[in-house]
Amino acid sequence: MQALQIVISGIAQGCIYGLIALGVVLIYKATETVSFAQGELMMLGAFIGLLLMTALGFPFWIAFAAAVVAMGAFGIALERLVIRPILGQPAFSIVMLTIGIGYVARGAITMLPGLGTETHTLAVPYKDQVWNAAGLVLNVEQMVIIAATLVLSAVLYAVFKHSKVGVAMQAASQNQLAAYYMGIPVKRLNGLVWGLAAVVAAVAGLLLAPITFVHANMGFIGLKAMPAAVVGGFGSLPGALVGGLIIGVVEAMAGFYLPEGFKDIAAYVVVLVMLVVKPNGLFGEKLRKKV
Amino acid sequence: MRYIFKTAYDQDIRLAKHGGHVFWYGVLMLVLVAAPWLFPEYWLAQLTFVLIYSVVGLGLMLLSGFTGLFSLGHAAFLGVGAYTQAALTHHGVPAPIALIAAGLFSAAAGVIVGLPALRVKGIYLAIATLAFGFIVEEVFARWERVTGGNAGIHLSAPDVFGFKLDNDVSFYFACLVVTVLATLAILNLLRSPTGRAFVAIRDSEVSAQSMGIHLARYKTLSFAISAALAGVGGALYAHKLQFISPDQFNILQSVDLVLMIVVGGIGSVHGAFLGAIFLITMPQVIALGKDVLPAAIGQAPGLQGLVYGLVLIAFVLFEPQGLYGRWLKLRTYLQIFPFYRRGMFQRQKSYLKSDRLK
Repeated sequence: MQALQIVISGIAQGCIYGLIALGVVLIYKATETVSFAQGELMMLGAFIGLLLMTALGFPFWIAFAAAVVAMGAFGIALERLVIRPILGQPAFSIVMLTIGIGYVARGAITMLPGLGTETHTLAVPYKDQVWNAAGLVLNVEQMVIIAATLVLSAVLYAVFKHSKVGVAMQAASQNQLAAYYMGIPVKRLNGLVWGLAAVVAAVAGLLLAPITFVHANMGFIGLKAMPAAVVGGFGSLPGALVGGLIIGVVEAMAGFYLPEGFKDIAAYVVVLVMLVVKPNGLFGEKLRKKV
Repeated sequence: MRYIFKTAYDQDIRLAKHGGHVFWYGVLMLVLVAAPWLFPEYWLAQLTFVLIYSVVGLGLMLLSGFTGLFSLGHAAFLGVGAYTQAALTHHGVPAPIALIAAGLFSAAAGVIVGLPALRVKGIYLAIATLAFGFIVEEVFARWERVTGGNAGIHLSAPDVFGFKLDNDVSFYFACLVVTVLATLAILNLLRSPTGRAFVAIRDSEVSAQSMGIHLARYKTLSFAISAALAGVGGALYAHKLQFISPDQFNILQSVDLVLMIVVGGIGSVHGAFLGAIFLITMPQVIALGKDVLPAAIGQAPGLQGLVYGLVLIAFVLFEPQGLYGRWLKLRTYLQIFPFYRRGMFQRQKSYLKSDRLK
């Protein structure tokens, strides 16, 4: 029973990693850019939600929706202003750029007077509730995370499978130039992908907020999403979620069964093992470069 | 405008290409040697830090700028060197021997990281080094018998075979000697076949391989040399601060190091030094700005991070060749005045250089 309990809380945490990793993979597939700012986007989403609820007095669900929309717009603007001018430059530059964006976001939030340096609680309606089911004590906050991740995954699946935009995104991610020749507005799609990634990050931030509180450094969790993306195989959307779940569960187990200290590095040990054993990840395709 | 008439093949690989090089680097060397008598004590200490970071930057530049391999965990090598130095000098080993050992230990760590690096590239490598950095930081914090854990560990003044370097001036000269040696070593390496092989790998792995370059061997070698320099830098860093703790070698330090070489100018030896100067003077400039700006902005705790981020973004967007690239443009402008054109350093715009296959 106890093991199951740990696995469930690991899955909830893993969903968060998975969602952040999902944003990373979305951006990677579309623009071959790896965004190290995804954790900070998540932090921004949580802060916008917090501000809307405390300063403007919005109820939670409206604040949630507003924060998600705001972050979507922010993502599109970010792509237009900062990312697009340097597309085509070496990957290293773009990684540094996203790290820079992360620094700016963290610095800007920390500079907010009386807000940035504190830890805040997000007053969600389902705070501190517990379900007892079949001997298990289920934390509602965790259940909401899992449920929301499932819903979001289903929505994304439907979008990518059946909507025109989604299919166009798939095409562009497979071969940008060919997609462009087919009349797909690749540049606009890249903007949309950044917006979508920011939306997913904002959802993750708002889901995580009740558990870890809202503070300027919550974005560092984004660094654990990188291992999740690698474990799943960098180019695979379901892989990102599965990778996140694996990392989350391993971390929860390590925190319980192994000596102190292993919990924090479990994700990194897993990713190193994965890189040595199967560098392409669980769902990654094996590709070979031809000259 | 200077024209160099080549009359011997040897001129192609000579370190000092012409009299101007000899003169200006000679002047620089004289200033550095005379620095303890020229600058006040505080600035001498900052200059020492610049030298230490330059050594680390040279290593990282070799790896990222000349071999084209990412590292987001370089602070770990810095830490391995620092803790090796601390442990060895604690047991009475003379500082120079400990310094060499620190370099070797770090190089060994570099080889270990280099092993998965042979199979992965690009972003995977960045994540592998990131993961390694986190694991090493945790080891520093938990292996209390050697590292003193989170409480940190103190170092005594370096002991060079009975001669104690216990004041700022003598330690400055020790750092200067190490930096000059490291710079000459890197310059020599880069004009040797090994260095050319590194650059070939950076430009195209497939072509390098077809030219008979053993990818695995050269990549591991690059990692080892880079880590060794970081280790030596770390050992000096530990002596300079006289106190080390695991949080000095965390991810933020790694990012600072990468920031240093990006701002300095990826792919140039000068860049490592310019970047180090930037990294050390930036906090001072920010501190100056704090007094000028209104209190709400100037005294806010996040200012430094914000400025770092903005500087990084600005460099990547507007000056990808860094400070050194900026200097090259300025120099060309002056040399060929008034014939400088805007597009002279424009790079060919490549259409999304892809790691993918199709």
